[in-house]
Amino acid sequence: MRNSTFLVLVSLAMGGGVARAQETPRAFVGARILPIVGSEIERGTLIVDKGKIVAVGPMDSVPIPAGAERIDVSGKTLMPGLVDTHSHIGGIGAADASSPIQPDAREFDAINVRDSGFRRAVAGGLTTLNIMPGSGHLLSGQTVYVKLRGGNTIEDIVIRDSQGEIAGGIKMANGTNSMRDKPFPETRAKSAALVREKYIKAQEYRDKIAKAAGDAEKMPARDIGLEALVEVLEGRRIVHHHTHRHDDIITVLRLSKEFGFRVVLHHVSEAWKVADEIAKAGVPCSVIQVDCPGGKLEASELMFETGGVLERAGAKVAYHTDDWINDSRFFFREAALGVRAGMTRTGALKSLTINGAEMLDLGDRVGSLEPGKDADFVVLSGDPFSVYTHVLQTWVEGKKVFDRDDPKDRLYAVGGYGAGREQQPYFCCFDREDQ
Amino acid sequence: MRFSIEQIRRWCSVALHGRRGTHHARSIAADEPRRYVKTGRAFTAFSSGLLLFASLAVRDASAQIAVKGKKVHTMAGATIDDGVVVLRDGKIAAIGKSAQVPIPDGMRVIEASVVTPGLIDAHSTVGLSGIFNHPHDQDQLERSAPIQPELRALDAYNPKEKLVEWVRSFGITTLHTGHGPGELISGQTFIVKTAGNTVEDALVVEEATIAATLSEEARKGDYMGSDKGGKSPGTRGKMMAMLRQELIKTQEYMRKREKAEDDKKPDRDLKYDALARALKKEIPMLITAHKAQDIANALRLAKEFDLKIILDGAAESHLMIDEIKAAGVPVILHPTMMRAYGEMENMSFETASKLRKAGIPLAIQSGFEGYVPKTRVVLFEAGITAANGQTFEEALASITIDAAKILGIDKRVGSLEVGKDADLALYDGDPFEYTTHCTTTIVNGKVTHEGKR
Repeated sequence: MRNSTFLVLVSLAMGGGVARAQETPRAFVGARILPIVGSEIERGTLIVDKGKIVAVGPMDSVPIPAGAERIDVSGKTLMPGLVDTHSHIGGIGAADASSPIQPDAREFDAINVRDSGFRRAVAGGLTTLNIMPGSGHLLSGQTVYVKLRGGNTIEDIVIRDSQGEIAGGIKMANGTNSMRDKPFPETRAKSAALVREKYIKAQEYRDKIAKAAGDAEKMPARDIGLEALVEVLEGRRIVHHHTHRHDDIITVLRLSKEFGFRVVLHHVSEAWKVADEIAKAGVPCSVIQVDCPGGKLEASELMFETGGVLERAGAKVAYHTDDWINDSRFFFREAALGVRAGMTRTGALKSLTINGAEMLDLGDRVGSLEPGKDADFVVLSGDPFSVYTHVLQTWVEGKKVFDRDDPKDRLYAVGGYGAGREQQPYFCCFDREDQ
Repeated sequence: MRFSIEQIRRWCSVALHGRRGTHHARSIAADEPRRYVKTGRAFTAFSSGLLLFASLAVRDASAQIAVKGKKVHTMAGATIDDGVVVLRDGKIAAIGKSAQVPIPDGMRVIEASVVTPGLIDAHSTVGLSGIFNHPHDQDQLERSAPIQPELRALDAYNPKEKLVEWVRSFGITTLHTGHGPGELISGQTFIVKTAGNTVEDALVVEEATIAATLSEEARKGDYMGSDKGGKSPGTRGKMMAMLRQELIKTQEYMRKREKAEDDKKPDRDLKYDALARALKKEIPMLITAHKAQDIANALRLAKEFDLKIILDGAAESHLMIDEIKAAGVPVILHPTMMRAYGEMENMSFETASKLRKAGIPLAIQSGFEGYVPKTRVVLFEAGITAANGQTFEEALASITIDAAKILGIDKRVGSLEVGKDADLALYDGDPFEYTTHCTTTIVNGKVTHEGKR
């Protein structure tokens, strides 16, 4: 991430903030810590420095470094920031209506970082998001992975990979959402045929590039859509695939096998009917938990039990908000309803954190409290799966981005006049001396 | 563990539940005075109906149930620890501490951690709106004209709709449902139980309210025209003008129908008949309004025409507390987890608690969803208010006794008291907790859901 000159100036004017981000280590002491990787700590200490986790463990075995700021979080619960594998906050404008397959369109170019949804997301404890275009296309564009670290433009919140490229996947869909009037397909077979045709083009494009062996004269004309699909074929870009009905799920598995792409199945209303097949294919699932089945035919057999059924079958499970379908402030609730319907608590906690991180290829950076990982965490008033629990604070890369005690943040946590307006993006405490 | 013969017999019968339930419902329809099942007023016929029910009871002992709860939230006085509720012939026959209320021999005993009155969804479209969201199962909104108060919910409700079964499995036993928000006057609402083979079996109140909408969705025409050939309003001023004009026409109709000589009486008109009942305060108008200025318009309309109104939705009611309080108007508040966009952008999880503290009568609704979730569950929506300022008891009241009072059915439902309908919800923990299950739902003394929902 690069800070713009503007931001540096602003933060200097504010007497700190971004440019000065966390100079001294911080020790969060006394909380019940759910590190997700590793066992629960009854009363623990988390040490954070320079945006990273330095140490985590029981209070009596983790020394507090000299000069560290000690923050007492006794009686609270502390766990990793939540990873949402499927969100639409900030806008869903990648592909347009011109064709059903548009791998060239980037969500990156479409996001309004002032959308109040971002403020609600940190109020819900979310720190990493996969922001996706919608599901009305067979392929609606490139998704973008973001960190809710605060910023003034999309550049400030985007996650970049080790090569400095924008991190993200490809959004695909099958079933009824992407079956529309021309030029969209009308049937499932046509849907699959169009997708296969496009991936075969991408294979040929890839092969031409390989054959050119660096000779510019022999290179095919650049095609930014096919470039993105070559990344998919090479496993560098993950397919995030909207799919509901059991036979549509199986179709995704079949296409994934044919073209060798890595895929995460999203929503999966009927995954409970084909859980063994999904587990056998080793394909992870990102589940939507809504309060009732239906709304369309292919979701009429949606069940609360899906997460637990997939877990028992041995498939990797995450939940997602699909915000605005579910408000980001109720992300914990989705996994809690999974527990209600038979998922293990351990599995449900992973489904909000490390499992989602792994589905975004970010498992080495976020999703658990381990030394070396980003200091992304939430402080909760109680058990993560209780209706009475509130997110008290959200921290991203060692910086507080939400504080329920701050009236400006509280507005987004509970709502009220002005909570729906576009807002300067979530520098919760940027005007405070201690930040 | 010890099982009584009665319990075992009951388990066997559960396996046949569907067929048996259907048969039983038909036998009620054939054998009984229908009014007993239908109307609140006919509850006074209780004693005369008793003999009939006694004979039914012989045929179906499952109607005789005792419910034991570690906590029984009666919503009529204090919570009873270690309580028992004896159900007989579809009514509550006795309630109290288990040490003091004997369970008659032969009764099926069902135990639970927490027992509450059957929940009331104070405003829904379930039964008119269906799970598939296709034209064949969407009857909650007629778009052919902006003002159609003559549309009866009775003629559109599907008692076998899957959404009815879904909400029942979370403990909801009474639904105020009908024509949804979306047209200036979209039609009538009514009140049903969530069980019954036909709409008549399920009926509680045939005509509960006339549903009006002062929100964005009813302003389909734009300010330069309309998508209904000038019929639909495009602005707030036009909405109010159209409503006022229809109510004034109704006043004229009423005057002429009452005063004129027989041969000069205007022809009967279902639309004006319906609006006349609102003007005579026989039924309230349910006015959906979210923005503060629309709430103000609703209150002004009520004052001008001396209407009894219920504010519905009311996302910005937290900005209008003094005005609503002064008007003495109850609020059936939007689902707490409603999306904070458009006219709802200023909604707050704390509105319920603020209205409550001001002393404004309050109930919580599941509302209408055009996509997913096809219905919300009022148990969950109330739970979020219990985490945001309402006490547990207050949140529960918003979906039981207070909802019953606003809807005028509190003599029959909403609390656990002797003589009231045997509608109960049983849970294996705090009903509002995400991980608690509704283990049993009882409607009119009959088990209609069992399991771990």
